[in-house]
Amino acid sequence: MLQWLPATAVIAALLAAWWIIVVETESAIFPTPLQVVTGAWELVQDGTLFDHIGASLFRVAAGFLLAVCFAIPLGLWMGWVHGAYSTLNPLFQMLRPISPIAWIPLAILWFGVGDLSPIFLIFLSSVFPMIVQTVSGVHTIERRYLWAAANFGVSRYTLFRRVVIPAVLPQVIVGMRIGLGVAWLVVVAAEMISLRSGLGYMIMDSRNAGNRYDLVIAGMIIIGVIGLMLDGAMRRLERLRSVRWRYVR
Amino acid sequence: MSASKIAVEGLEKSFPSPKGTLPVIGGVSFSVAEGEFVAMVGPSGCGKSTIMNIIAGFDRPDGGSVLVDGAALNGPSPRGIVISQHGSVFPWLTVQQNLMFGLTDRHGVDDPHALADHYAAMVGLKGFEMSYPHELSGGMLKRVELARALVVKPEILYMDEPFSALDALMNLRMRNELLRILAEERHTVVLITHDVEEAVHMADRIMVLGPRPTTIQATFQVPFPHPRKLSDPSLQALRAEILRELGVEA
Repeated sequence: MLQWLPATAVIAALLAAWWIIVVETESAIFPTPLQVVTGAWELVQDGTLFDHIGASLFRVAAGFLLAVCFAIPLGLWMGWVHGAYSTLNPLFQMLRPISPIAWIPLAILWFGVGDLSPIFLIFLSSVFPMIVQTVSGVHTIERRYLWAAANFGVSRYTLFRRVVIPAVLPQVIVGMRIGLGVAWLVVVAAEMISLRSGLGYMIMDSRNAGNRYDLVIAGMIIIGVIGLMLDGAMRRLERLRSVRWRYVR
Repeated sequence: MSASKIAVEGLEKSFPSPKGTLPVIGGVSFSVAEGEFVAMVGPSGCGKSTIMNIIAGFDRPDGGSVLVDGAALNGPSPRGIVISQHGSVFPWLTVQQNLMFGLTDRHGVDDPHALADHYAAMVGLKGFEMSYPHELSGGMLKRVELARALVVKPEILYMDEPFSALDALMNLRMRNELLRILAEERHTVVLITHDVEEAVHMADRIMVLGPRPTTIQATFQVPFPHPRKLSDPSLQALRAEILRELGVEA
C-alpha cells in the first residue's frame, strides 16, 4: 500500500497546481478540476458518457481481437518456417512504421465513416507488434527444449501444443499488452475524424460545439483511466501459473 | 560384436571455424555392452559433448558409424534419453506434466498418471507433482529430469555432465540416487564427465579422452562392487592413475 503513496501524492500535487493556477489567472475558458467533475457528471446522468465509452471499447475489442486471431498464427508460422519469415518480414517491417493515422484517408475510402474504419485502423496498429513479439518468441525458444521433444519422439502436434506454444506464450502476452495499448491510442484518434460516437468524438464535439473544455479534459482523463485498466487486465495474464517461469527471477 | 548395445567405429567430426576446419573428434571407436555403465572422462573442450550428441543421434559424424543394437542410428529416439548439465525440464509444465510428456503420443500405456507418479515417488518427488519447475531447487529439477527419462523406459541413458551444475553435497546425493535406481532397473548408461571421482564412483569402465582432436587414450576397468566407498584406498589409487593419464598429479 505504501508504494502507492508517492504516485498518489504526485497526482494530487498536479491537481492542486492546476486548480490554483486556473483560479489565480481567472481564466474564462480553462476549467478547474471541480468544473471537469461536474461536466462529466452531467454526461453520466444523461447517459451519453457510457455510450461513448461503450462505442470506443467495442471498436477496440473488435479490432484487437481480429489482430490477435491474425497475428498469433501468422507469427508462429513465420517463426517456425524460415521461408515464411524471409518472405513476409521485409514487408511487415516496412508497413510497421507507418502511423495508423496515415491510413485514415484510405480507411474512409474503403470502409466509409462507420464502425469499420476505426476497427480497421485498430487492427493495423495492433497487429504488427503482436506479429513481431510472437516471431521473436519462437526464435528464442532454447534448443535444449526442442531437442528434448525430439528425444522423446513426440508428434508434431504435441511438439506445438506442449513445447512451442507454451514457450512462446509469455512473449505473446507482452505483444498483446503492447497491441492493446496502441489500439486504445488509435481509437481516440480515429474517432476524431468522423463518426458520431466514442470518446474521441466526444472530445472533438465538446470543443467544436461551444468550447466545453471541461468535457475535453474529462474525456482525456477517462481515456487515461481506461487505458490503465486495460493494461492492468492484460497484466493479470502474466500471473498465470504456466507463464510465471518467464517473469520470475 | 553383435552382443554390444552400442558400437562406435572410427568416429570423426570437424567443425568450421574462422581459421578453417577444426577437427574435434579424431577417430573414436568403442562399444558398450547391454546394461553396462561406461564413463568418458576428458579435459573440458575436448569434444566429449560432440561425441555424446552424435551417439544420441542429434548430430552426424563426418566419418565412422554408430550402431545401436546392430542397426545404424537414425536420429534421436526415446530408446536413448539424454540428460545434460543444464537440463531440459519444461518450465511451463508441472512436474507431473513433464513426467508424462514422453507418454503423450504413446498408445498402450494404461494409466500415464500412475506411471508418472510411480517414477516421481522413485526419485523422491512425492508431493511435488503439481509444482512448477521454477518452484523447485536444482537438485529437485535433476530428479524431475531423471524421472521424466525413466518413465519412457529407455534402454540407454546418455548423461552429459548430469550433476556438475549441483553443489558437491547434492552431486554426491544424486549419484547415490542414480545407483540405487540402476540397481532396480538396469539401463545401459553412457556418462560423460570431467569429474574422475564421479566416474570411479559409478562406472563399470572408464575411457580417458585426449585433447582435440580427441581419441581414446586409455581404458580402465572399475572392478569394485557396489556400493562403493569413495574412501576405499584401491578406488583412490584408480582415481589417481586416471588423473595421471589426464596429466594431473593427485
